[in-house]
Amino acid sequence: MLKRTPLNALHRRLGAKLVDFGGWEMPLHYGSQIEEHHRVRSDAGVFDVSHMLALDIGGADSRAFLRHALANDVARLERPGRALYSCLLNERGRVLDDLIVYFVGENRYRVVVNAGTAEKDLVWFEALRQRGQRAPDIAPRRDLCMLAVQGPNARARVWDALPETREATAALPRFHATQCGEFFVARTGYTGEDGFELMFPAAWAESAWDALMRAGAAPCGLGARDTLRLEAGMNLYGQDMDETVTPAESGLAWTVDLAGEREFVGRQALEHEHPERKLVGLVLLGRGVLRAHQRVVTAHGQGRITSGGFAPTLGRSIALARVPNPVDVGDAVHAEVRERLLEARVVKPPFVRNGRNVIGPIEEPK
Amino acid sequence: MNVPAELRYSKTHEWARLEADGTVSVGITDHAQERLGDMVFVELPGVGKKLSAGIECAVVESVKAAADVYAPVSGEVVAANAALLDAPQSINRDAYASWLFRLKPDNPAELGSLLDARAYAEQAASEE
Repeated sequence: MLKRTPLNALHRRLGAKLVDFGGWEMPLHYGSQIEEHHRVRSDAGVFDVSHMLALDIGGADSRAFLRHALANDVARLERPGRALYSCLLNERGRVLDDLIVYFVGENRYRVVVNAGTAEKDLVWFEALRQRGQRAPDIAPRRDLCMLAVQGPNARARVWDALPETREATAALPRFHATQCGEFFVARTGYTGEDGFELMFPAAWAESAWDALMRAGAAPCGLGARDTLRLEAGMNLYGQDMDETVTPAESGLAWTVDLAGEREFVGRQALEHEHPERKLVGLVLLGRGVLRAHQRVVTAHGQGRITSGGFAPTLGRSIALARVPNPVDVGDAVHAEVRERLLEARVVKPPFVRNGRNVIGPIEEPK
Repeated sequence: MNVPAELRYSKTHEWARLEADGTVSVGITDHAQERLGDMVFVELPGVGKKLSAGIECAVVESVKAAADVYAPVSGEVVAANAALLDAPQSINRDAYASWLFRLKPDNPAELGSLLDARAYAEQAASEE
């Protein structure tokens, strides 16, 4: 039986097409995935992301615990309110999950992990906790509803819908969060647009959603979330990286903090790593659609598309692909699409930021 | 489910309509577009191409997947709907107005071997 978020009944009333995502019954779209995508790029959309799990980590040892558990260093969070993106690695330096950690207050953190990996992560954290000398408290917050409101007008829509959050968040910088009464408001997201992610008691899920609708935010499903994050050049766990690859092979070397002597899980493996593959962006020059698992032929050997699809903002197909290390931005490669080799260009993600093409003009195929 | 009574259907989710000039228009059903989701790409057969019934002759690709389109009856392609190349989402808006190609059928009686609306609706319902 699939798990359901506090908004499941509402999604049904709205006529959403529901699908299994990581064991959760989630809305794929409410009519048109492409219209929802454009709505986020041009105005504001709201996504139910309550399938993701927030973990509150507190107690005297929480900072030391997270400095050991995560590949990025929470010591970089100098002031409460700041957020950090990190991989969770195993001892072999392979990616168990990717997550965002918010520094809530002195020795208090909130970690948000993926839905499909949440149970595995909990077991992992518990094992690390028991192995350590001192152990923080780890509280899974299944009692929270999580909404992502994204788009150039997203913050204004949130302030209209939930006026009590306005004062505390009007000057909230990007990648920061704050608690306003019962609402945890973070200026983070997974779309390449400005916006907020909201966490609050599940009992208010429908009233908050309705208020956001009345304020003009459009309901958006996981289909649009996927094309938006792909255009934004953001990895999807389980697709672009998993327990078989390292951060360096996943375009995420920048999230691993090897400065100083900090001992974290996976560090030893990564220090001896000589990656032979890397993750790049591809743009298809002509017609057709790049999709996950398609073969990529380069001058330096073969690669494989990890995520691909039609990019509504660009009107053409794009992908993330794992290719041999010598492949470089600007290279011409071919993707095997339905038994034909189609010409593509290697680019550096992101493809789209704040509603605009950031990879420049793309030539027509030869 | 929208399954117009006047059309004929294949088990592989194409619709076929006999036009006044004796040609047969072919598209994909509303049920098929609904299952595929937003269309992003269409590939059409060239005019003059000879098709046998059941052969792959076009591709419709959505945000979700690519799907082959099969010729419901044998014949020669006399027209392809080039307007769809730039507006594939027309298929989502009205699958029965969005014909993909027109055939001059080798044997118009072959249409009779296709499913009628009721049989197709039953098949589609059983797939829900």
